[in-house]
Formats: sequence, structure tokens, C-alpha cells
Amino acid sequence: MHEMSLAESMLEIVENTARKHRAQRVTSVQFELGALSHADRDALAFAFDVVARGSVAENARFEVIEVPGAAWCMLCSKTVTLAKFGEACPECGHYQLTVTQGDTMRISSIEIV
Amino acid sequence: MCSTCGCGHGEVKIGGVPAEERHEGHGDSHWHQHEDGTWHNHTHSHQHAHEHSHVHTHGSESHSHSHVHAHSHSHTHEESLTGSHGHGDRDHPHSHEHSHDHEHAPLGAVHAPEVSAARVIEIERDLLERNDAIARQNRQQFVDRGLFALNLVSSPGSGKTTLLVRTIESLRGDVACAVIEGDQQTENDADRVRATGAPAIQINTGKGCHLDARMVALALPKLPKLEDALLFIENVGNLVCPAAFDLGEAHKVAILSVTEGTDKPLKYPDMFHAADVLLINKIDLLPYVDFDVEQAIVYARRIQPKLTVMKVSATTGEGMDDWLVWLKRGVEVARTTRLNDVQTLRKKIAALEAQLRER
Repeated sequence: MHEMSLAESMLEIVENTARKHRAQRVTSVQFELGALSHADRDALAFAFDVVARGSVAENARFEVIEVPGAAWCMLCSKTVTLAKFGEACPECGHYQLTVTQGDTMRISSIEIV
Repeated sequence: MCSTCGCGHGEVKIGGVPAEERHEGHGDSHWHQHEDGTWHNHTHSHQHAHEHSHVHTHGSESHSHSHVHAHSHSHTHEESLTGSHGHGDRDHPHSHEHSHDHEHAPLGAVHAPEVSAARVIEIERDLLERNDAIARQNRQQFVDRGLFALNLVSSPGSGKTTLLVRTIESLRGDVACAVIEGDQQTENDADRVRATGAPAIQINTGKGCHLDARMVALALPKLPKLEDALLFIENVGNLVCPAAFDLGEAHKVAILSVTEGTDKPLKYPDMFHAADVLLINKIDLLPYVDFDVEQAIVYARRIQPKLTVMKVSATTGEGMDDWLVWLKRGVEVARTTRLNDVQTLRKKIAALEAQLRER
């Protein structure tokens, strides 16, 4: 479960940002998570909750903004939705797809007091 | 600690030495090659890495810069039987990262109505940015040295190490190879590789479930400084976690053995999407197992249409020629790239010197 190391990276970014802005507490973390990314939403939320204990971000709300998957279909020559890997192009039923969106794992903002 | 697999940090060992030591690489292993081509280690390599960050305030806007400095020195001792020592190259890669945050105070009131002092800080930073920055440094180092680096990923027991041993033995005298081994525990795999005469360094991830770019960066100075060679990075046997982490490799090579399920690419799509090469291993066992090779390839290409697929048996050697040809071509491309880079640099230096003479 690599979500643990991802959560540690997340806490590092959050703590550094909080320190720079002289925050007393981080009240929430807004996080963009792609449908085709390498992390599971619940596992990441759980891992962040664990690693944030005793830190400035303890008990911070973890708000996930889901980013849907999208891919370029070679055959249709257009962008189509791709909910998960292994699915066919919803238009033509083939698999000549190149992912164009949905692999995001990014902290978009934090809220501090 | 994670409740799913117990994955955690702080227990990483590289060549048996804890990776968290303050100064990596002091008094470390040191490689020299014997007349028979076998590598032995006993070296001094020296590495410093430090980070600092500072904040500059420009009126109402505040910018912060953080820098990661990585210094590595490696000294190659070419030890001959007469006992003379030669000090070889030295290099100091430097890299700097900069990041900027922007604070928007008035928005805070909207987002946190209960506290008027609440502020929203826009960050827009990728979780993997630090790993990816180190991976880029690794990749540059591979390019500079003409190394064709491969990240081998698979389930435990797919035959990665056996394949490596057979590959190294087949390429002996033709292409130099070095190996970075990743496992939770034991030096067993590195020992198996060293028995072939090739240098190998073992990373033990402790409770960790994957290699990351930093572990590879720390392991690299502990290997002899090969040029125009193959570098195999054998990742921890795990079809999930290593998918997310770029190590700086030229290719992620997924290994799927025929004793596994035909539908494995569909079950573990993240890894088969991250990989661009698929080796189907243990094909000598096909008569005894219920594995449909063509169907597995169809499934894998649904996930990653660009996959290069090769079928091999590390035990009987069947199909190994395709793999070896592919590897040699990769090393040749890496060598050409390195030489072209050197040539480009020489041309630039010549042009600059010409400019100086004109002054």
C-alpha cells in the first residue's frame, strides 16, 4: 500500500506550506484525485489521517475532488471518457486509447487558521 | 502504518546500511574488477544531500523557494595486481527545485465562515513531484553514462531474478551489466546476481512495498561507474505499488509468468498501463498450465496498446534471443545518445572558445 508514502509526501507539502504561512492549524486539505491515478481514495484518506496525527494538520478535513478519466481514441480521433483501465472506447468499442486526463494526484489547496 | 499491507518507512537499507544515515555513503563499498571480469567491492563514495527553503515577501505577495542540493562524489579505484591505484572521475550533479505558493486571504471567509482569520492557500502541487524530480536526475545520470536502465516489475515469483541471471550470463563479454535489487528483506537476490560476476547492490525496503527514485539515487554511487552498459533495477515483487514511482528508467518491463492467470493484466491494470514492455516468462511450462498466451497479450494491450511483447523461458533459453537483441539495441541507442551529447558539448565549447579568441 503505497498510499502511506503518498500520504507522507502530502503531509510534507502541507506542513511546509503551513509553516511558511505561519498557520496555527490546517483545517482542511483539498485534493484532486484522478479516476486513473495510482491511489485509492479511501486508503489515501485513511493514510493521511494516520500520518497527520500530532502534526499541524491533525484532524484536518480531507476533501477529495474527483477528476474523471479521459482518453484520446485513435480510431474515433476524439477525446472520450474512460472510467477505468481496461474499458473500451464508448463510441467504437476498441481499445486504441491514450489516457489524456485522470492520473492526477495533486493537493490543490489547504485551509489554515 | 497501513492496515492493508503493513507498509511503512524508515527501515530502508541499501547494501545492508540504513538509508537514513545522515551522510549517505561514507566509508562505503568500493568496486574493482578482477582480471576475470568479476566485480568486487570496497570503495569510498561520498554523498551529501541537503534541502533548504526560504520565504521572500514582496509587498503583499509571498514567494517561497525550496532547493534540493544533491552532491555526489564517486571515486573509482582501479586496482591492479601490482597494487597501484588510480583515481578516476568525479562528478557533482546539482539540481534545484523551485516552488511558489500563492495565498488568497479574502477567500478564507467564504471557505471557513466560523473563523474570520481562516485563509485558503492554493498549492497545486503533485504528490509525486519530489519523486519525479529525483527520477529526472537519475535519468540524466543514465543518459550521461550511456546506461540503458530498466525497471523490472512483476508479482513475486514470476522469475525475475532467474531471468536476470540468465540474461547477464548470456551477455557476458558483450555488454556490461549492473543490478539494483529491491526486496523487503535479505541479500539473497543480490547474492545470486553477484555469483554471475556482475556487480549488484541490494536495497531492502523494510516494510516498504516499492522502490522509489530516492532509493535508486542512493544506491547508484555504490555501484561501479559503468558506461554504455545495462542497468537492471529489480523492483519489489508487487503488481500494485511500484506502478506509481518513476525511478528514471528507460522502460518499465512487466514480467508475467504463465503460472499466473491469463487475466492478470485486467486485474492489475495500473501496472500494465505504466509498463511499455511485457515479458511473458516460463513459456517452457505452457504444456502443463492453463494459460492462454495470446489472450493475455490481448488483455494487456487493452490496457496499454503500445506494449512491446516478448515470450521467453529463462530456464530453457527459448525466446531469449529476441530479448537479448532488444537489450543490445537499447544499450547501443544509449551509447549513441551519450556520444552525441558529448559531441554537442564539444561543439559548444569550441564555439565558445572561438568567441573568446575573437575578443
